[in-house]
Amino acid sequence: MKIIVCIKQVPDTKGGVKFKPDGTLDRGAMLSIMNPDDKAGLEAALTLKDKYGAEVTVLSMGLPKAEDVLREALAMGADKAILVTDRVLGGADTWATSTTIAGAIRNLDYDLIITGRQAIDGDTAQVGPQISEHLNIPVISYAQKIEVEGDYVIVERQFDDRYHVLKAKMPCLITALSELNKPRYMTPGGIFDAYDAEITQWGRADLKDVDDSNLGLSGSPTKIAKASDKVRKGAGEKVVLDAEESVKYIMDKLNEKHII
Amino acid sequence: MDFSLSKKHLLARALFKEFAETEVKPFATEVDETEVFPRHTVEKMAKSGFLGIPIPKEYGGQGCDALTYVMCVEELSKVCATTGVIVSAHTSLCCDPILTYGTEEQKQKYLVPLAKGEKLGAFGLTEPGAGTDAQGMQTKAVLDGDNYVLNGSKIFITNGKEADIYIIFAVTDIVTDKRGRAKKEISAFIVEKGTPGFDFGTKEKKMGIRGSSTYELIFTDCRVPKENLLGVKGKGFGMAMHTLDGGRIGIASQALGIAEGALDRTVEYVKERKQFGRAIGAFQNTQFQLANLATNVQAAQLMVYKAAQAKSTQKRYTVEAAMAKLFAAEVAMDVTTKCVQLHGGYGYTREYEVERMMRDAKITEIYEGTSEVQRMVISGDLLS
Repeated sequence: MKIIVCIKQVPDTKGGVKFKPDGTLDRGAMLSIMNPDDKAGLEAALTLKDKYGAEVTVLSMGLPKAEDVLREALAMGADKAILVTDRVLGGADTWATSTTIAGAIRNLDYDLIITGRQAIDGDTAQVGPQISEHLNIPVISYAQKIEVEGDYVIVERQFDDRYHVLKAKMPCLITALSELNKPRYMTPGGIFDAYDAEITQWGRADLKDVDDSNLGLSGSPTKIAKASDKVRKGAGEKVVLDAEESVKYIMDKLNEKHII
Repeated sequence: MDFSLSKKHLLARALFKEFAETEVKPFATEVDETEVFPRHTVEKMAKSGFLGIPIPKEYGGQGCDALTYVMCVEELSKVCATTGVIVSAHTSLCCDPILTYGTEEQKQKYLVPLAKGEKLGAFGLTEPGAGTDAQGMQTKAVLDGDNYVLNGSKIFITNGKEADIYIIFAVTDIVTDKRGRAKKEISAFIVEKGTPGFDFGTKEKKMGIRGSSTYELIFTDCRVPKENLLGVKGKGFGMAMHTLDGGRIGIASQALGIAEGALDRTVEYVKERKQFGRAIGAFQNTQFQLANLATNVQAAQLMVYKAAQAKSTQKRYTVEAAMAKLFAAEVAMDVTTKCVQLHGGYGYTREYEVERMMRDAKITEIYEGTSEVQRMVISGDLLS
């Protein structure tokens, strides 16, 4: 079985958020981590590898420094790593990103593609399903459990109050939730090997069946009007009342603000 | 000269830090209070490869350098010195001598499961009458057919009852030296737990590192196969000293970690604790003390890392190891004592971790050669 896991280097929110003048994130100026949902996707792939045997390739689109998360993925147990990086791909929205990643994946053999549900920077949850559309394969999103049975995957798809069990023929794409598992730690020896390993670098010229008009900032239909750091909320209002009075107080406030 | 860490070392440090914060720190107080060996943590460390960091891959290890190993013990000890010493004793005092002196068969049989973390290791040199003075050793090993028969006891053995494989030193002969004086000839043996005649005595009740299992080992007509003789018969003393050179780097890292952990917590505390209407970190006394402590901690770190580099690149690193251990241990004691003082009355209570860290720091000035022994080693080299 061949599994491709798409991972993204995202800003570590502990380190603060910085923007470029055009409103896009200044990724080069921020501390970064592997996106948590993607890490769960990688763990799911490595678990399938342990159970059924598989070759796991990690793929990332980003700045050259995104190499760091690819090495982290290798240190956890991934077999190969590919970085798609090119100036013309910068500033991409979800459409241009999924076009790019699908263009890279068309060069590869695969049975399963796993992406995280969403990245903690953009929070769109669009790229995974869009990749499946570009590649014309089924998608199962919000996976909380993944099993393989012959040529099929059986996936529990999470909802607020229930889950659906879906079965799909491979090749297909799954988007993973961070609740799916607890990602394994890297090993010290894995880290040393990861820094000896070669990471394949692809640019625009390596993307298959994509049109320039769908790439980078100019190929992105989404335009960012304004971006800002979190606005601090006010201190709020503190009242000390007994239970009955509290309920009345809250209900009055909700009524006053026309919420109920 | 480059003082910056490589990217792979930085990533390894991040791994150890994340593991320590997530898997070790939440249990550190409980491990100290209950004096229960953290078996569950050891199993997790084994799974992540922490029990064979500097051991080559062909022997089940991670194939990393001494610096990576040192950073692991340092990060673990920042949050729990008990966990730090478990790794240090296992790696430096049990895996390392088998790697250095073992036969290929011994490496396959003992080092591979040790480095994979399937087995835990310990080291038995100290006796009631023989700590620093190895010539006071009473444990004897007498060859009888295909076995050495061990009789005697060892005390203060780290990982005592929890280990599976022990490196045990015993007197195998009395020889006469050039000046005509009788001298005990010491040899080393690999002894497995469960060997008939190998029992455990008293568990030590200690001031610090209370979760580490410190036991007396008792040998009564304990028959050890002669193929378990480690290295050359009669060369055990030199082997023990060389092993302790490596061990001291491990303890130096533990001491460094304890000092760093106490300093981190104190920096947080002085920002929060208010007296006379302002945070105590706003007082110049606090600021100057913290500056001194941080400077000493950084100096200790440089010495410990230098000793680790020496272990990876030099055949002999006795002086570097002794200096690193001496300095880091004394820094750990000084830093933790002053951190307790900066915490005031709260620092004397078990509610704050600096109290435990001060108790944990003391042992680093004592075991694997006291600070006085390190001074003997260093001055001995200067005057030789």
